Formats: sequence, structure tokens, C-alpha cells
Amino acid sequence: MKGLSARRKATNRLMLAFMGLAVLLALVPLGSILVEVVIKGAGAIHGLSFFTQPPPGDATATGGGLANAIIGTLIMVAMATVVFVPLGILGAVYLSEFASNNRLARAVRFFSEVMTGIPSIMVGVFAYSILVILFIHHFSALAGAFALGLIMWPIVLRTAEEMLGRVPASVREASLALGTPKWRTVLKVVLPSAAAGLTTGSMLAIARAAGETAPLLFTALGKEYISFKITQPMSALPLEIFSGAQSPYPEQIQRAWAAALTLIALVLALTLVARFVTARRSV
Amino acid sequence: MLGASALLLALALMVVRFLQLSWPIWKAHGLGWVLGSTWAPANGVFGALPFVIGTVATSVIALVIGTPVALGTALFVSEIAPARIRRPIANLIDLLAAVPSVIYGLWGIIVVLPLLRPIEQFLADSLGKAIPIFAGPIGNGSGYFAAGFVLAIMIVPTISAVTREVFVTVPQDVREAAYALGATRWETIRYGVLPPARAGIVGAVILGLGRALGETIAVLLLIGQIPAVGKSIFASGYSMASVIANEFGQSQEPLHLQALIAIGLVLFAVTVFMNVAARLLVGKAKT
Repeated sequence: MKGLSARRKATNRLMLAFMGLAVLLALVPLGSILVEVVIKGAGAIHGLSFFTQPPPGDATATGGGLANAIIGTLIMVAMATVVFVPLGILGAVYLSEFASNNRLARAVRFFSEVMTGIPSIMVGVFAYSILVILFIHHFSALAGAFALGLIMWPIVLRTAEEMLGRVPASVREASLALGTPKWRTVLKVVLPSAAAGLTTGSMLAIARAAGETAPLLFTALGKEYISFKITQPMSALPLEIFSGAQSPYPEQIQRAWAAALTLIALVLALTLVARFVTARRSV
Repeated sequence: MLGASALLLALALMVVRFLQLSWPIWKAHGLGWVLGSTWAPANGVFGALPFVIGTVATSVIALVIGTPVALGTALFVSEIAPARIRRPIANLIDLLAAVPSVIYGLWGIIVVLPLLRPIEQFLADSLGKAIPIFAGPIGNGSGYFAAGFVLAIMIVPTISAVTREVFVTVPQDVREAAYALGATRWETIRYGVLPPARAGIVGAVILGLGRALGETIAVLLLIGQIPAVGKSIFASGYSMASVIANEFGQSQEPLHLQALIAIGLVLFAVTVFMNVAARLLVGKAKT
């Protein structure tokens, strides 16, 4: 009896220790990534010129900045946001307010989840197959933005629907009881009540899109100098990190770390603010 | 309604475009070329086996390393952590999912590879003789194992978050009943929490697998970029997603492009299938 009990105790301790260890094993990489990116990145950002200058033409030269990539990321993410966030929210309004649970709604819900699992490289190939092959005939920021938007779309739709679902039915009923038409109820009552949640979902989607590299490889392609032309190739932070990571030159690897710090600051800021907004509302 | 059905249209259009653009190579070579082991686009020889092997090898390595860690973290958060630290730990683990994959790649090359190389060397020296898939040479450390190792870290948050949600749906009564019978914490988990959560765990692992199969940039930077079937887990190779990323932009040869899109179509079909299966399993487990 005592032997059995000791063995049970030992197994229990071992498994609990393993679970604690698992948490540690998961958090060590997170800590390492953040520390390396902050230290190496901050060391490579020399003053404001990093944010205002394009890289020097020579790969082995120091100095210059990544303004081309920062501006490119902002432009493409902004374009994707302007089109696909409203599209996603519109879809969510239909699902949550008008469709209830018909067959189309179930299909859209299901396939939007499936769509979030599509490899992002294939989203890039798709954007290429439409905008580059059929319409513009060369690489462009527009194609990059389209690819990023396709990645954001299902994320916005899913989170927006969830957030709209959290608006109590009594709020809608109160408005409808006053004789307000359905569309006005949705526009003036439901959407404003869910505004914080909708912002959160959109920001998470934007954060995800801003960090994507693969969809930009054969859409936006990249460019060494600052460009505002959306029908031409454009750089982005992930593209600079990607080429820097493969570079044999320390100067370029340094710039990649600086780009990584800029990107991770952008992504984490968006993610944390998004979390904070919902946490305050839901708890 | 348009906003919702447009998404279905976009998905359908994807399938149509991929089929359309890769059609010539399916027509010319049938299905067999997917398992051909030689990839020499310059000579017009297309065999996708090296990439299929690379994708499968890295994903399996990622699952073997990542699944126990992810389940451990999920159980820690949902079953044994004090209430006060549950949310913070869960949030930190979720944060791993927010790190862009290109940053995993950069970190992997510069920070992880130098640490991993001696471990790979040790494994190759101690196990390599007896078990051929552990054999060297190691090179600079990049290869299936390095890519799979970093992939493991990337899929932990996916598996952890989904299993956590599933564990939460196991009724509290089950745990209390187990404790009342004198079960230890582990026995409560082992016999009370895990059995009803099994379908959900399988679903979560498939979801993680789906993410691993489709991951492009981090794998590309760590796998070594050799379009051949590697003989050991430390060998350099190429995965389906990463070969598309690297060769698609450079190629002008129509057949080469078609072959790459066809590889993408296979990957697309597999990941969509995985996602459908996973969602069904997780959905079933939660109700």
C-alpha cells in the first residue's frame, strides 16, 4: 500500500514538474527572441536617419536606413485595411444580424476558419495569378496589398462576428421596440456598442498582415529606394529582414535586426493594445 | 450578404486559378511526377518528392518536439497554475503566435543554429551509427532538424491555445469527483480531463500540423535549400512552401512555374483538408 502510494506521488510530482518545465520551454524562446531583437536591433539603429533614409546602395556600407521598407509596410497595410476591414465587418454584420444560422452563414463561418489556415505563400501565388498575370503585368504594391488584405479578411470576419455576438439581444430589442428599422438599429446601436471589439479584431488582423513576408515575395517584390507609386514594386519590413537574414554581409544582417525591432514593436504594440481594449471591455 | 459570400467566391477563385495555371503539367506528366525524386528545372525534369519529404520531415519533427510542450503548457494553465497567474502565462504563450515568421527565421539562423549544431553533432555521433536517420554530416547545422525545431516553437501557441479551450469545457464536476476519490492532480488530469478532451487534442495537433506544413519563410531560412531527398534528419533539403517562395519569382520557364504552382496546389489541398478535419474535431469536442 505504501509503495503504491509513493509511486503515485512520484508520478504526480514528475508530471506536474513536466508541465512547469513545458511552460519554461515555451517562454525561453519568446524571451530570447525579444531580448536579441531589442539588443541587436537597437544597436543597429543609429539615430533618426534610420527612419528617414533608404539603405545605402552598397550592401557592405553602413549608415542609411530603412525608410523605404517602413513606408512600404505602412502604405500596403493601409491599403489592405481600407478595403478588407470594412469588407470583413460587412460580412460579419450579415452573419450575426441577418443570416442567423442559414446554410450560407454556416458555410462562410466554416470556410473563413479554413481560409485562415491556408499557407500564406499560396495567398501570394493567388495575388500574383490575378494582379500580376491578369491586370498589371508586373510586380506592384497593389498586388502586395491585395495579398495582405486576403490574409486579414477572414480574421476580421471571424473576430467581428464574435464581437457583434457579444452585444446583448436586449439592446437590439430595445431599439426595435422603439420602431427603429433593422438597418438603423444595426448602424446606430449594434455597431457602436461593438466598436471596441471590432477595433480589436481589426488590429489583430493588421498586426498579422504587417508581419507577413511570403505573400509579398512575388507581389510587392521589394525596392531599394523610397517609392510611393502603388503600381510599382515596393519594399516592406519583412522583405528587408528576409533578404538581410540570407545576406553574407554583417552590415545587412545588422539592418535586418533593426528592421526586426521596428516590425516587432509595430506588431506587438498593435497586439497588446488590441488585447487591452477587449480585456477592459469583457472583464 | 455580399460581404459574406464574397469570401466563398475568393476561395473558389483560388482553387480555379491554381488548377488553371498548373493544368499543363498535370496533363503532361499525370500525377506521378509528384513522387519523382529529381528536380532539375533547367533540364525540364520535375520531381516533387524532395519537397514532399522536406515538408513531411520538418512537420513531423515539429510535432514530436512541440506537441508535448504545448500540451504541458495548456494543462499547466488550465489545471494547476494559481488563478492569478493563469491569464498572464496564457497571454505570454499566445504572444509567441504574434511574432512574425521571418523574425523566427532570422533568430533561428543567427541565434539557434550555433546552439543547435553541437547538439546535432552529439546526436549524430552517439546515435548515427546505429540509426541511419540520425547520421551526419552536420554542416553548418541547417537542415530538416533545425527547421523542424524552430517550427516546433512556432506551433506551440496554436496547439496550446486550442487545447486550453477544450480543457476548459471539461466540467468541473469531473475534477471534483476525481479528487473526492483520492486521486492525485495528475491522476485527475490523466483519467478525468484528458479522455473527454481527446478529440479536441487531436484536432489541435492537426491544426498545428497544418500550420507547420504551410510555414514558408522560417523553414526556407533554416532547411538548407537543397532540392534533393536528404538521407538523415540533419540533412539539408527543401520544403514545398519554401521552394515556391525561392524559385517562383526567379523562374521564367513556363513549365517550371506550372510545376511550382502545382506543388502549391497539392500543399493547398492538404492544408485545407487538415483544417477542415481539425475544425470538425475541435467543434465536436467543445460541445
